[in-house]
Amino acid sequence: MFGKLTLEAIPHDPVILAAMAFMALGGLGVVGALFYFKRWKWLWTEWLTSVDHKKIGIMYILVSFVMLLRGFTDALMMRSQQVLAVGDAVGYLPPDHYDQIFTAHGVIMIFFVAMPFMFGLLNLIVPLQIGARDVAFPFLNSLSFWLFMVGVVLMNLSLVLGEFARTGWLAYPPLSELAYSPGVGVDYYIWAIQISGIGTLLSGINFLVTILKMRAPGMTLMRMPVFIWTTLSSMVLVIFAFPILTVTLGLLFLDRFFGMHFFTSDFGGNPMMYVNLIWAWGHPEVYILILPSFGIFSEVVATFAQKRLFGYTTMIWATIAIMLLSFIVWLHHFFTMGAGANVNAFFGIMTMIIAVPTGVKVFNWLFTMFHGRIIFSTPMLWTIGFLATFTVGGMTGVLMAVPGVDFQLHNSLFLVAHFHNVIIGGVLFGYFAGFIYWFPKIIGFRLNERWGKRAFWCWVTGSFVAFIPLYILGMMGMTRRLNDYGSTEGWYPFLVIAGIGAVIIAVGILFQIIQMIVSIKERKQNIDTTGDPWNGRTLEWSTASPPPFYNFAIIPTVHDRDAFWEMKQRGDVRPQPPLHYEDIHMPKNTAMGIIIAGFTFFVGFGLIWHMMWLVVVGLVGVIASVIVRACDQDTAYYVPAAEVARIEGAINARML
Amino acid sequence: MLDNQANAPMHNTHAQAEREKVVFGFWVYIMSDCVLFASLFATYAVLQGGTFGGPSGKDFFSLPFVLIETVILLTSSFTCGLAMLAAYGKRVRTLLVLLAVTLLLGIAFLGMEFTEFSHLISEGHGPGRSAFLSSFFALVGTHGLHVFLGSLWLLVLIVQIFFRGVTPMILSKLSCFSLFWHFLDIIWIFLFTLVYLMGVL
Repeated sequence: MFGKLTLEAIPHDPVILAAMAFMALGGLGVVGALFYFKRWKWLWTEWLTSVDHKKIGIMYILVSFVMLLRGFTDALMMRSQQVLAVGDAVGYLPPDHYDQIFTAHGVIMIFFVAMPFMFGLLNLIVPLQIGARDVAFPFLNSLSFWLFMVGVVLMNLSLVLGEFARTGWLAYPPLSELAYSPGVGVDYYIWAIQISGIGTLLSGINFLVTILKMRAPGMTLMRMPVFIWTTLSSMVLVIFAFPILTVTLGLLFLDRFFGMHFFTSDFGGNPMMYVNLIWAWGHPEVYILILPSFGIFSEVVATFAQKRLFGYTTMIWATIAIMLLSFIVWLHHFFTMGAGANVNAFFGIMTMIIAVPTGVKVFNWLFTMFHGRIIFSTPMLWTIGFLATFTVGGMTGVLMAVPGVDFQLHNSLFLVAHFHNVIIGGVLFGYFAGFIYWFPKIIGFRLNERWGKRAFWCWVTGSFVAFIPLYILGMMGMTRRLNDYGSTEGWYPFLVIAGIGAVIIAVGILFQIIQMIVSIKERKQNIDTTGDPWNGRTLEWSTASPPPFYNFAIIPTVHDRDAFWEMKQRGDVRPQPPLHYEDIHMPKNTAMGIIIAGFTFFVGFGLIWHMMWLVVVGLVGVIASVIVRACDQDTAYYVPAAEVARIEGAINARML
Repeated sequence: MLDNQANAPMHNTHAQAEREKVVFGFWVYIMSDCVLFASLFATYAVLQGGTFGGPSGKDFFSLPFVLIETVILLTSSFTCGLAMLAAYGKRVRTLLVLLAVTLLLGIAFLGMEFTEFSHLISEGHGPGRSAFLSSFFALVGTHGLHVFLGSLWLLVLIVQIFFRGVTPMILSKLSCFSLFWHFLDIIWIFLFTLVYLMGVL
């Protein structure tokens, strides 16, 4: 009946028990609050079943913040373990647990923090910035979000029921094969990522179609904001890379579940095939994350330097070049495979070439600032912090693109320092900048600048203090993922410094939480009545903050790049009354996204624990609910013109 | 809320824009499915030598059998194309007959593939026998799974057309379905060539 699931599956480790208690308390707190304030119906009708891109975006970002806390707790545990486990001391985390922690840290940070943060921001801004009323397929958008949530639930369930993978975040075979990982950890890994990955692929298609088919009249491709361009490129990468991930994880599942031999070390299987496949997805994946971030910096830098972005055209071509090159560099993740000098040289050179378009971008941002009247607001600070941190990370990346150097540094802490510099400094800083920049647009008031700046300084200082020592340790020969090491290597002091860096970042996160609380308290002072709090340049600033659910009562017409800036120059900011409104066609909310995802959860959970009846229930449920949805003809409605006029009247009264 | 009838002209332009988005989105999905199959083909290419003492393709591929499968699938693509013409011409009865024929051919194809697989497994040449067989079953089986899901989709469409006739919504779904069905044909051509034909060479 319950397959491999027995009472033994509940962990007894005190650290995990504490985490379980914490999660249970948090969960109970939320449920209690919902009962106390009688908000269940509101939650269901206004949020969980919503197909409004703005609400889905907010939900993505909320989940991403919660997961950031969990992923960062893992980081603190690793840092403290390495500080404690020098010489004869063994620290407080046994290898079995430590290995799960570093695996979970990587998986959470990439799949359940960075990805949802990115899709959250895309959801919030892409339709607004192109002058559209929603994404191309609003129901699919809701389904994507809920499939992602299934991944989140499975990921967190692995903490309280069973175990997580001990394989590192990419689960290389043969270690991840049944022979060496007989538990359910790798199965949790496979299904958490597989299901949320399908959601990602659907989102990729959705945003690509949105951008290509739903732009406001007049917005030609070369008039699109840079954020839209980088999003478009990122979505192309999603569409071409995520199917590879689906296949790779699917084959690993077949190996484990049906005893096949794709990646086993016997019966003719080839583990390196997995490594090639997973990086053919994995390398584009890092560009999927960073390209939208580059777009955010481009928007922020132009707004706060109060100048048109320098080199728009080169920015676009650099983005496209990065997009194309990202598919022909994957082998640099395993030069040590032994593919031969020629192959390694090719991939090494391609990797170095990526630095060229990236350099073009960096100079474009710098030249935008040059002779600009820079306003040092928090988003701008994140941008400048990014330029410093990312450049260090980028240059160490070019260093490792030299195969000979890579043979020395492969799998060392130098690599760990490199990718944290680029992912924290590039991706995360960018998303923070975008979050603060667009917060007033979506929520209606600005975030507190003072606490935001404090948080920024902690993050940027912390990330240098935490990762510069790792470069040094890497060159001293310390490999990654060690939970114990000798006292004679001289690594200890550097690990202590790195630990201090992590604590500084923790303070930064604390300041961000304080910033949020203070901002909510002071929301009346920071309210945005203009819709344009930063003197912005693109269309999202032309509508109210927060925008009505249909975004634009009258779809704007675009005459130039920086469409809204140009409207302001012409004094044509908002359509003037008397206005003729038309009926607006909008999608209806639906619970089908959450229902389909719920059945998908049964499939995933059943396959993890070998409960075949649950798998069958899930599969039949998925198919049946998809059919029900396909037969539903009542999925949209018209907002009458009179209702639009009423809402617009209320907005105008509030804004003036 | 206004009555939809009052908005008829507006509704039509909206339906048209909607259809354009759906069909374009479906094209993009097919691209991504192409990548999925490409990954499986690559895996097959790498692992086809890994027979580990078990049979290789030469030992059990039966070209006449696969040729019949191919003919069935190609014919179903042809009837699917005719069905689309009938749909555009609003000839509902012809459309239903052609779709039913397409469905039957799809089921026949699946039946043959099932026979091939079960025969292999009963002889001890299942997917767990060697890396080659794993990749063979995964590649051909994924195509078969697509045909199965396509058949299920087609069945739902037939029922919908039977009760509702050819509405604009059905038409855009039919367009997507026919794209999907032809796409599976193209994948099969590659399978036939790269796996079966080159396998026996």
